[in-house]
Amino acid sequence: MNPVSYAELLRLTLPQIALTVAAFFVLACDGMLLRRSPIAVRARIAMLLSLAGSLVALALLPLTAPVHLPDGMLVLDARTGVVQVVLLLLTLAVTLLSGSVLVQQGREASAFTTHIGEFFALLLFATVAVLFLVSTQNLLLIFLAVEFLSLVLYVFTAFNKHSRASAEAALKYFLFGGMSAGFLLFGISLLYGISGSLDLQQIALAASQPDSLLLAAIVLVILGFGFKIAAAPFHLWAPDAYQGAPSLSAGFIASSSKVVGFFVFAQVLFIGVASASGNAAWHLSAPGWMPILAAVAVLSMLLGNLAALAQTSLRRLLAYSAIGHAGYLLLGLIAHTPQSLAALLYYVFTYALAVLGAFGVLAVLETNGIDSLSSLAGLSRRSPTLSACLLVFLLSLAGIPPLAGFFAKFWLFAVALQAAPAFGLLWLVILAILMSVVALFYYLRVLRQVYVAPMAENATPLSSPALARITLLVMAALTLLLGCAPNLLMQRLR
Amino acid sequence: MPLTTISQPLASAPQLAWTIYASFLGAVAVLLTPSSRPQFTRWVALLTSVVGFVLTLGAVLQYQPGSLLLVADSTWIPQLGIRYTLAADGISLTLLLLTGLAAMAGILFSWNIEHRTREFFAFYLVLIGGVYGVFLSFDLFLLFVFYEIAIIPKYFLIAIWGSAPNGDTRPRQYAAMKLALYSFAGSALVLIGILAAWAASGSHTLNLAVLAHYPFSQHFQMWAFPLIFVGFAVLAGLWPFHTWAPTGHAAAPTAASMLLAGVVMKLGAYGCLRVAMMLFPLGLAPWGFHILGLGSWRDVFALLALISIVYGASVALVQRDFKFVIGYSSVSHMGFVLLGLMTLSQIGINGAVLQMFSHGIIAGLLFAVVGRMVYDRTHTRDLAALGPMQLSYALPFAAVTFTLAAMASVGLPGFSGFIAELQVILGVWRSMPWMVFAVALGILIGVAFTWRALTRVFFPASQSDESPAPIEHPLPPITLPERAGALLLLTATIIVGLYPHILMRLILPSLQSPLFSALRNGGWR
Repeated sequence: MNPVSYAELLRLTLPQIALTVAAFFVLACDGMLLRRSPIAVRARIAMLLSLAGSLVALALLPLTAPVHLPDGMLVLDARTGVVQVVLLLLTLAVTLLSGSVLVQQGREASAFTTHIGEFFALLLFATVAVLFLVSTQNLLLIFLAVEFLSLVLYVFTAFNKHSRASAEAALKYFLFGGMSAGFLLFGISLLYGISGSLDLQQIALAASQPDSLLLAAIVLVILGFGFKIAAAPFHLWAPDAYQGAPSLSAGFIASSSKVVGFFVFAQVLFIGVASASGNAAWHLSAPGWMPILAAVAVLSMLLGNLAALAQTSLRRLLAYSAIGHAGYLLLGLIAHTPQSLAALLYYVFTYALAVLGAFGVLAVLETNGIDSLSSLAGLSRRSPTLSACLLVFLLSLAGIPPLAGFFAKFWLFAVALQAAPAFGLLWLVILAILMSVVALFYYLRVLRQVYVAPMAENATPLSSPALARITLLVMAALTLLLGCAPNLLMQRLR
Repeated sequence: MPLTTISQPLASAPQLAWTIYASFLGAVAVLLTPSSRPQFTRWVALLTSVVGFVLTLGAVLQYQPGSLLLVADSTWIPQLGIRYTLAADGISLTLLLLTGLAAMAGILFSWNIEHRTREFFAFYLVLIGGVYGVFLSFDLFLLFVFYEIAIIPKYFLIAIWGSAPNGDTRPRQYAAMKLALYSFAGSALVLIGILAAWAASGSHTLNLAVLAHYPFSQHFQMWAFPLIFVGFAVLAGLWPFHTWAPTGHAAAPTAASMLLAGVVMKLGAYGCLRVAMMLFPLGLAPWGFHILGLGSWRDVFALLALISIVYGASVALVQRDFKFVIGYSSVSHMGFVLLGLMTLSQIGINGAVLQMFSHGIIAGLLFAVVGRMVYDRTHTRDLAALGPMQLSYALPFAAVTFTLAAMASVGLPGFSGFIAELQVILGVWRSMPWMVFAVALGILIGVAFTWRALTRVFFPASQSDESPAPIEHPLPPITLPERAGALLLLTATIIVGLYPHILMRLILPSLQSPLFSALRNGGWR
């Protein structure tokens, strides 16, 4: 085993270090120097500091040569680099959106929290956790980072101290999360028992034969990650968390946490236990993680999309649609071809972009007192820019070309059909495509409120912070660009 | 794989791509016009549609029959073998011409839109751009992209600007959602078929010209063909998937009805021919066994088309709502298109394409009279209520236009419908003789419902020969844009009726081109 110098380790984790330093800096600045300043000022300074931290981290990302430290502690290659860049960009977007919303709310003395510094510090800590999650293939580190991330997210969910819903959601999230962490740890310990190693590649060597103990371990791991990615039947926390949490916390949970959840899930399954994949083809079913995931996918697609039909709150609608999307995304895992991880990542990136955008629009709307489907009526005449952004994000989620969500679906379903045995997953693809028809209905229902429904009598034009508008417009433009020229991102995912 | 690898004379016509770009740019330009000057907005929209038509007309005039016009061909998504390929043959050109005409006429008949004018024309032009794109795409992925781009604007056009009888907006909300979901469900079937075709052909191309020569196994074609055919036929109004059509047509604003019947239904029929039949001709071969006397997908779809013809006409015969009459007549006339395709003979398919053009023009004209000239003035579509209004005196221009359109619609010689339906019937006579009687019945009922609508609305029996007493509230006179739009469409149907060769010279050689060789070898009868 080649020794690792601490200097090398420090160099490779510089982005995380930069983020941590920035987080402490934000905390100190806000807690000690600015305690008595108005919220608008504090929010602006905290936002700028967090932006600086994320940008420095982005600049310090070690994207040059592939790295593989012993025991899979730190594994970096071109693909993890792309994922890390995307995660940092998502953090940047959350920072900009929540900063601008908080500045405006601070002016109107209606901020959802007075703990400005803590909010941004937690955001940066969560980013540290997701960066570590992406860059390791060691189960212990994965577990620690997952728990670190979860802890931050529980607090994030509970951040609105004035809202009972927020507290309830956080409690639910915490209880389910704690339970699933137990399952995950149990699964990991079984895998360690089988192989004597925590490195995924070592596990793969030791567990080349599927046996019942390995299958039990896999089921437990799936339970743990199924919770993280909010797939049915492990989804129960999601609707409450999406509804109760402050909108941009929910946006972060729906985007970054989802991206990283799927990426790590894929790493564990594809690298660690690929031998026990089984088969999910309709005529050649064999036990392993593929048929289990197929069942989870079917359940998620059906439950997510059908339950979304009945929602009257926009956030719950997004939560159930997120469950449906988790079902589509699982197709990428079930397909298990060299291309399918790339297709999965493309899908989850564009999904994160669109869903974060939708939550960003919601955050701005909520400062204006709009939170239910019915209060969206006539939005397109009150704020054409926000409405156009919402149109782009929701249609991308629905998979309408020329937006990114369409190509993501196309590619994902295409690789699923290609997977051996040819057309074995056709049944799942057909179900997924039919469910996307159902999905169009509820997305259109939202857009009907925005564009078709008449404006209320006393409605006035909406005020929205310019910075948030610009951020959302950039995100919408990116959604359009990735749909028209998917090659830009595709070639980096090889 | 670039398009240049196929063995067909190629000509270059890059300017045709601007029909698409101009429409999308026009949509943006319309949104940027000042909201205080709707007249300016209208002129921008009209100008955009004229650009599209003129470009198409130019290409048609230069076109060498039988060749393929290469419009654009560049790499797009190399990993999946998807290229940005736009091309046109005679069939595409015919439908592009129709799109241009319908787009211009639709804008002329929307001149009175005052509510959210800019958004109306923006959605309208996006829809037009999508339609141009479908007719020009020679890559299956690209075709599908444009096909779906056309769905969302349809929804908003109907849901926002549709008619609201007695101030009730629920019917138009219902119709718009139904239309969107039917279209999307149809396209979901098509998407499954496209993905399957891509995977089955070795996942390296979706080029139509290449796939047309790819030897898909008969087993594969047998299930891919009906999937894609039905998916597209939903939009073509095939019975029993037609129910979106009458409600959608009736609820839509005039221009949207004109586009729905005029070009959007043709998207479906075009997809049936260009994708389902051209790529998977073996799907039409006999199954080897019979169920209820049906021995192949061809028999099944021919029967469904026949039902569309007779059923659509019969239902139109008993409607009380003027717009529903025309809505169901569209189902009936589109049945001719699908039946023509299913004859699998050159004359039948030629007739089908001609009927697409002809019905697009005539249905547009009928909807213009019903929706714009009559309904916007009288605010009723009830046949019984319209009769006593003595519209032939109040709106003589509308009466004359409708009479001419009705003559064209029932297929009188001299109008485009005659030559189109005649060819379809000849094709049917050769391949499925027993069906001719049912078709003839459908035509007779067609004459009956057209006659019924014409006489009830414009020439009721109670009307005296003398000029009536002046009405207290005279209806607003027919405006100049309406006259221009009506003349445009009437001219088109009469020119094609008198001299069908101008379109047949485009269509026939294209059917004999290498693109359709698999279809010709695989069951041309």
